[in-house]
Amino acid sequence: MAALLDSLPAVSDADVERVRAGRRRRSRRRTVALVVLSVLAVALFAAMLMLGNTIYPVSDVLAVLRGEDVSGASFAVGTLRLPRALTAVLAGAAFGVAGSTFQTMLRNPLASPDVIGITSGASAAAVLSIVVLKWSGTATMGLSLAVGILTALVIYLAARGGDSTGGRLILIGIGVGAMLDSVVAYLLLKAAVWDLAVATRWMTGSLNGSRMEDILPLAIAVVVLVPIVLFLARDLGALELGDSWATALGVRVDRTRVLLVVAAVALACVATATTGPIAFVAFLAGPIAARIVGPGSSVVLPAALTGACLVLAADLLGQFAFDTKFPVGVITGILGAPYLIYLLVRTSRRGGSA
Amino acid sequence: MTATLATPRRAPAASAGARRRVVALVVAVVAVLLAVLLSLAFGSRPVTVDQVVEGITTWLRGETPTDIGAIAVQSRIPRTVVALLAGSALALSGALMQAITRNPLADPGILGVNTGAALAVVIGIAFFGLSSAAGYLVLALIGAFVTAFFVYFVGSVGPGGTTPIKLALAGAATTAALSSLVAAILLPRQAVMDEFRYWQVGNVGRADWGSLGVVLPVLVIGTIVALLCASALNALALGDDVAVGLGVHVGRIRVVAAVAGVGLCAAVTAIAGPIGFVGLMVPHAVRLVAGTDQRWLLPLSALGGAVLLTLADTIGRVIGSPGEVEAGIITAFLGAPVLIAIARRTRMKAL
Amino acid sequence: MSAQHEIRTEQLRSGYGARVVVDGVDLVVPSGRISVIVGANACGKSTLLKTIARLLPAQDGAVVLDGRRIDTIPTKELARTLGLLPQQPVAPEGIVVTDLVGRGRHPHQKLFRPWTTADDQAVTSAMAAAGVLDLADRAVDELSGGQRQRVWIAMALAQSTDVLLLDEPTTFLDVSHQIEVLDLLTDLNRTRGTTIVMVLHDINLAARYADHMVALRAGRVVADGPPHAVVTAELVREVFALDSLVVPDPVSGAPMVLPRGRHHVGIAPGGALDGVADPSSAAASLAPALSSALSPTSDVLERP
Repeated sequence: MAALLDSLPAVSDADVERVRAGRRRRSRRRTVALVVLSVLAVALFAAMLMLGNTIYPVSDVLAVLRGEDVSGASFAVGTLRLPRALTAVLAGAAFGVAGSTFQTMLRNPLASPDVIGITSGASAAAVLSIVVLKWSGTATMGLSLAVGILTALVIYLAARGGDSTGGRLILIGIGVGAMLDSVVAYLLLKAAVWDLAVATRWMTGSLNGSRMEDILPLAIAVVVLVPIVLFLARDLGALELGDSWATALGVRVDRTRVLLVVAAVALACVATATTGPIAFVAFLAGPIAARIVGPGSSVVLPAALTGACLVLAADLLGQFAFDTKFPVGVITGILGAPYLIYLLVRTSRRGGSA
Repeated sequence: MTATLATPRRAPAASAGARRRVVALVVAVVAVLLAVLLSLAFGSRPVTVDQVVEGITTWLRGETPTDIGAIAVQSRIPRTVVALLAGSALALSGALMQAITRNPLADPGILGVNTGAALAVVIGIAFFGLSSAAGYLVLALIGAFVTAFFVYFVGSVGPGGTTPIKLALAGAATTAALSSLVAAILLPRQAVMDEFRYWQVGNVGRADWGSLGVVLPVLVIGTIVALLCASALNALALGDDVAVGLGVHVGRIRVVAAVAGVGLCAAVTAIAGPIGFVGLMVPHAVRLVAGTDQRWLLPLSALGGAVLLTLADTIGRVIGSPGEVEAGIITAFLGAPVLIAIARRTRMKAL
Repeated sequence: MSAQHEIRTEQLRSGYGARVVVDGVDLVVPSGRISVIVGANACGKSTLLKTIARLLPAQDGAVVLDGRRIDTIPTKELARTLGLLPQQPVAPEGIVVTDLVGRGRHPHQKLFRPWTTADDQAVTSAMAAAGVLDLADRAVDELSGGQRQRVWIAMALAQSTDVLLLDEPTTFLDVSHQIEVLDLLTDLNRTRGTTIVMVLHDINLAARYADHMVALRAGRVVADGPPHAVVTAELVREVFALDSLVVPDPVSGAPMVLPRGRHHVGIAPGGALDGVADPSSAAASLAPALSSALSPTSDVLERP
């Protein structure tokens, strides 16, 4: 280490101090942003538990969470609202991490798993399993995961070779996604009973009818896979500079990428199998998080928090802002699409590469 | 100097190309006839050749046959006609859009036209109590037009005009936003929802003579306009500057061709729902065989589209028997691999 | 000063899938010098550099660093010796210069180890060396092409490697920025003894800045050695299929290639060279003068 530093020209302490101050300023902003996001997520989570047909005070909610029996509140909060809020947090975090990982790794804000058809694959598998084959929750998870990974693999293999794989991958992903979406529509059309709740879940994503027993696979996926992605965050930062730089910086590109892709696809697929493809959360969480914490640092953790906040906030809006209760995916879809168009217009205006 | 040197060498090649195109035309016409026969003959009830002949001849005389098989054949006539017209309109529309955007991926499905039409219809049903078929069609046309132009506008902002990815993404974003809006409008209205569920998947079997009659003028005018634009589009293919130099009114021809293209696919969407990828696939296949001359490309695409959609509908009826797999599903499955192939062939910038 | 490292290739074959681009290359990279790889388009220059940088696997033969095959060296360890500036890198959106340069510290960092003062010093020093210290808190997006290229070089420097490989570091830069970047690399080499290997498009710039040149044609080494030995009219004809006149560069004394083209055959560029019809004899007559000016130890390349 010391030997290496010897080879660098001496610089004044004032310069080092100036550089360090700039770095500290940015990392302080990041810390503040992370705290604000966490507080916001907790507040939204609390609001999910308190709001509803009957509004329960914090004390009642805490009592229920401690396992005490509070008349009325135990059922409403413990059985209805808690699973819903937990699902929202977990699914939001899973979508956020999956999306930001893809976007960073492929160096393109448009390359999130919901834009390139991976969640469509998971959704089609889930519909097939639940609506047609009447399989159980675990089997559904397995099938969604398998089909999601298969979809990712197909898109990757089809886009391989030649130059500018990124652009081609997105294009192929959109095509494959369109095909899989038509499968979802077809399966729902052919379903013996046309069930509105089921249909909206698999087309736009919904938290309606979340149950404690369905959360477990998603919780395991988040608890196991998010730390893996965090663990690889620095390597991901090197991959963001391109394969050549990453190799030059000593990252084992292929191994790291496989790990990251598998983790991200699994997160997106398990979340999709639980809630349906909640529109645009994966796509939006990363860019919004980057805007909040400032550029240049890892967005994995901020994206998880942002994703959770997005799903919680959109679901609160969907439940309470209108006369009709709308599923969360309808809200995120209506809010997210203008952002995608804005991003597209802005990227095009700059005339640069996305 | 170079040109005079090149001419004698080019002449035989050109005549070989012409021969190839004539052969392609003959093959396409034969294929259309074959597709019609297959469409009439195959379905959930198998019929004999005699029954097909009887079904057609009695239909031509305006009689109802007594034979059950012939009745089945006759009942397949409307959907066959719709499939022919819809397929040719979609392919023509795709070819036009590809020509004016100079973009290999322009397709009514990718441009979000279908969802636009669906949203307009849903708004009509939900807020204006609309129930007539003609009303649906008019609304679908309006929705399709507005959406197509919006997506095209978003996809062409910035230097470099429309690129395949920009266009595809603008279409994907618009589709997502509009389908969320559709869901938002439908959710409180169960009755409308039931009507609407069939809008999710394109199907030529739903159309009848009445609804076909409403959109027929649009289809006929659109087709004629498209074919008249052909030679101007040839000039446009060389770039706007060259086209202007060749005396083409670039702006005017773009608008006319775009209106014709959107009108054609909007009319189809109005009667048959969203059928994707036909407009994408057929012009590319034709280009491989017959080259890029629009005067051949457009009519051959129309014929090819008719064949493709008629066959897709027939296949859907056979593999879905006793029900059917909608033609829109079949084309989506055939289309995705074609899209991959096109994406692999096209050199593209990152965005 | 940087430590000495020996880089060799042994009967190296490399390419993309079934397409072999570089074949049978035996090369020794002189330590502590500037080596430049030149050749026509698609001759395998970049492929060779990428293979030396282990971005491409050797299909046959080997790249050897200090007696070890590079594919046997752990990639993070290798990253502390061998730095690389790839062609046309793209910075993450909105990233600030210091943060981007800081990513060069990756091979020196360990999991969960916080950023250290040594890292800050290395980053500051790299930015100072590349002349981008004043840009420290600017977003990379806002910089000019030349500034951006210096930032990337700073990042490669922050990696603190003794060997630096660069793939066309002057592409898309205007001529003043090209000179700026090449002068910077020369400074690094002269002051720190960093071994530099780069691919350059412009044979005249290559001849001016190189201590050692390698000319490739169709994936094979045609000539290597000091510029005055490599850059001759015959070689230019062989490598670039170009008829030319080679004269001493009036600024640096390095050999300079003047292409003839079809319309200027036989017209000499200046009075001093009038009547020199045969380019090879011109080069031959100039060779003694040049060899004295370009002896490996001389510092003719240094700026006044």
